[in-house]
This record gives sequence, C-alpha cells and structure tokens, in this order.
Amino acid sequence: MGELRLMKGNEVIAIAAIRCGGDAYFGYPITPQSEVMETLMAERPWEDTGMVVLQAESEIASINMVYGAAGCGKRVMTSSSSPGISLMAEGISYMAGSELPCVIVNVQRGGPGLGTIQPSQADYNQATKGGGHGDYSLLVLAPASVQEMHDFVVLGFELAFKYRNPVMILADGVIGQLMEKVKLIDQRPRWTNEQIAEISGSWITVGKSKNRKKHVITSLEMDSSIMEGNNLRLQEKYNRMKAEEVRFEAIECDDAEYILVAFGSAARICQKTVQIARKKGVKVGLIRPITLFPFPEKIISEYATKVKGFLSVEFNAGQMVNDIRLAVNGKTRVEYFGRMGGIIPPPDEVEVALHQKLIKG
Amino acid sequence: MTEEIIIAGFGGQGVLSMGKILAYSGVMQDQEVAWFPSYGPEMRGGTANVTVILSDERISSPILNEYDTAIILNQQSMTKFESRVKVGGTLIYDPNGIVKHPSRKDINILRVEGSKLAIEMGNPLTFNMIVLGAFLKAKPVIKLENVKKGLEKSLPERHHKLIPLNLAAIDKGQENLEVVQTV
Repeated sequence: MGELRLMKGNEVIAIAAIRCGGDAYFGYPITPQSEVMETLMAERPWEDTGMVVLQAESEIASINMVYGAAGCGKRVMTSSSSPGISLMAEGISYMAGSELPCVIVNVQRGGPGLGTIQPSQADYNQATKGGGHGDYSLLVLAPASVQEMHDFVVLGFELAFKYRNPVMILADGVIGQLMEKVKLIDQRPRWTNEQIAEISGSWITVGKSKNRKKHVITSLEMDSSIMEGNNLRLQEKYNRMKAEEVRFEAIECDDAEYILVAFGSAARICQKTVQIARKKGVKVGLIRPITLFPFPEKIISEYATKVKGFLSVEFNAGQMVNDIRLAVNGKTRVEYFGRMGGIIPPPDEVEVALHQKLIKG
Repeated sequence: MTEEIIIAGFGGQGVLSMGKILAYSGVMQDQEVAWFPSYGPEMRGGTANVTVILSDERISSPILNEYDTAIILNQQSMTKFESRVKVGGTLIYDPNGIVKHPSRKDINILRVEGSKLAIEMGNPLTFNMIVLGAFLKAKPVIKLENVKKGLEKSLPERHHKLIPLNLAAIDKGQENLEVVQTV
C-alpha cells in the first residue's frame, strides 16, 4: 500500500489516471506537458486495465472524444498546455452545459498566443471565469507539489462525478517538470458496466432499453424559459460547490501582519519568502488557494480585518488579485506582484516586492 | 538538514542524470527531495542546469537564487553561478575548459579533474559520477550505500551491469577532490 516513487509532476498525472481506474485519455502533445501522454503510452494500460489512450488529431478532436466518452459515464481525462486549452474552450463550454464529468489538466505556459514554453500562471482567468462562452464554471484545483498532481487526479474524478461537471487541474510548467517523492495509490479497478449504470444510469447514453425514457445529452435548448431553468440549475450547482468544496492552506497566518496569497508553484516560492522574511522579523503568512473555483474568499475576508495588507503573487499580469480584492472588499490593502512570459522569480525577489509594494508602499 | 544544490554545465554532460541519482539517493535515505531542471530546447550542447534539494523537512521553493553548493562544469555556468553560492557555501568545479577561475574569498572552493579522470578510466560517460563522488566527499550528505541504492533505482534494469563502473567512478571522484580554499 502506498508505493513511494520519485517522479515528475507530468508523469504522475498519467500514473494516477491509470491507477484510479480511468477509462480513457485523449490528448495531443504540447510542451511542457508532453510527458503525460508519453508516460501513458509507455505504461500501455490498455494491456492491463483496458484503459484507452489515444493521440487525437488535434486538441479540438481530443475534447470532443472526451465529451463522447463522458456521455457514456466513463472516467475520462485530457491534458494540454495553454494554447491547446484555448482550442478546447468550445468543447469545455459544451461539456459544462451538458453537465458531463471529466478531468482536464492544463500545465500552463506563457502566453498570449503561442507564447513561450516556459512556466506561467496566465490562464487563471480562463480557468476560473470561463474561457469558453456562457455562464459556466469549472471546479479548478491548483496543485503545488508532485504529490498533489497525483492526489488531484483522484480527487478530480470524484468531484467531477459528484457534481457532473468538468474539473480542471490548473498546474504550470514548474510543477509539471519538478520531480519529487510521491506516494501512489494502489491500482483500483475500472468501473464495470453495472457500476456505471448504478452511478450514472439516470443520464448516460449507452443504448436505450425498451422500458425507459430516452436520455439526451445536449447543451442546446431552443425554449428560453427552459434554458433559463437550465442556467439556474447550473448556478445552484456552482453555489453548492462554493458551500462545500473550498480548499486552501494557511501557513503562519495566525500572528501575521501581512499575508501573501499564491497558488501552485508561486505558493511554493512564497513559502520560502515567508521563511526569509520571518528570519528578519517580518510577520508574514501565506494563504494558498487549493481550489481556485470555488475561491477561498471567506478565509481571506476574515483575515482582511486582522492584517495590514495582502500581496497577491502570481506569474501573470495580476488576475487572482481581483478575486482577493472582491473578498477583501476594501477592508485592507491588496497589492500585486508577478512576472510574466515564463520568468519565475526566486523567493528573495518576492521578499523585496513585499517590502516595496506593501510594507514601505 | 537542508542542502540546496545547483549542478550546471552543458547538455549531454550528464548534469540532469547526476541530479536524478542524487535525488534518488536522498529518497533512499528517507529525505524529502526536489529535482528541478532548466534547459534550452536542444538535446545536446546547450546549457543545462538542475536544482536538487535534499532536506529533512518539507521543501518549499524549488526555484532558488542562492545555493549551499554549486557544482560547475563549464565556463558559462561559472560566470552565472559563482556569485550565487551562499556566503560560507561550497563551489566544486572541473577546471577543464574554465578560463576564469573562481575568485570569491567567502566560499569554499574545491575542484576535481572530472573530464581528465573519465578519460583515464577509459569511459567519458563516467564523468558525472566522478563529479558526484567529489561532491559527496566534500559534502557527505548522503551515505554511499544509499547512492548505490539510488543508482539501482534510477537506472533501468538493462543498465544495471554498469553500476560497478559507476561506483568505481564515484570512488575515483572521492579520491581526487582537491581543496583550493576553505573558509
């Protein structure tokens, strides 16, 4: 139980997908996450668990294959990096609209456009505010370690089926390329057809039997009064996620005068910044949102009355900072520090920014 | 104990795999480890470096500005990383191809003729293990028995016949570490 391995974040995504009983992976290679499919191909799970691994002709094809498999109640995953996720945006919106469960991994690189192959967090808004069209939300998990890359695949499938909603794992090139110790779950069996019928029998399209009503999976509804109802149902579901699924980690916040807020690799860097600053006597803490949607607004709002300010540290032009400002609602200062285009600042640079932007500023 | 290491050189010198073996050895010793590579798009010839962190505690940032130890294997890396060794830290380098030798007075400086010794051993591929041996002599953060286990774990089975040669190379490095300066 609990095999210990040293693996890259990208590799462990693949292993976790197999071990948690995944039925299928459809994808198209792109740096910096190509090791996901490479590892799946090397592991040959189709010989062992029967899991399908297929390189599609494009990202658009991949996400539509995911749509099809999810419609049969299967546990299905895809992964890509920023430009590839943009190509998938239409399919993701359709899956959210049709309420189909799946896990989508985005190992972010710098943008916009083809951008760079170096790490970035510039897809925060795309992941948490849509990206595709329409009023929809993904449940977004932000891993900050190789262990979490593993754990969030397992958790992602659970949540995807709990809410019948696509789950996005929003990683970045740092966590994808980083190698750390990871404890793997033991191989779990794939669901049998009977289990699938039990879990998702009320909606899946696996062939209509004589006695039951026909199942239709679609996001299309021409009658606006029904379509508004569909939207209200989705919103109710997103509110349930907000009530039940918020996850975060608070590090050294109890006596903090200043709090850094960072997710994913930025949170790892900020952990060291906290250590450096505390050695110099600056009382600083770190809040690490683990779910980016639902965003941990309550804890931030609670600390807003206790601290002198928040610094949002993110590898983009300042995206999450807006969610922090909404949570803080003017009660204290909220500043932003970040780098773009694939530049990852070391902890000392963040510490300097903390002084310049918040303490002295 | 936390040891933050940068290994830097050319792609193809075995920089990344040296880091990997070190990381595996750390796992064998029940330590927390992180291995984070940085390299250009080239397979060989470009610069390659890898950060390896070994620690008894949860590891925070894999991206660092300063290191306890820098293992430097070409001139570009010397230029880039000499200034980034912590005061009182350690710089180990192979003088082969180095035109501007390290000049800091506040760090330990050691050297190992890795390239030369590898040729003497009759196999240039032993280079990175010779350097690893020298590092472990300078900083015995990992027991040699765990390095052996790390090698077994990180090398595919078909390469296990090369383990004795690798261990001999590590010994070679241990025997040939030269102290230039200590602080």
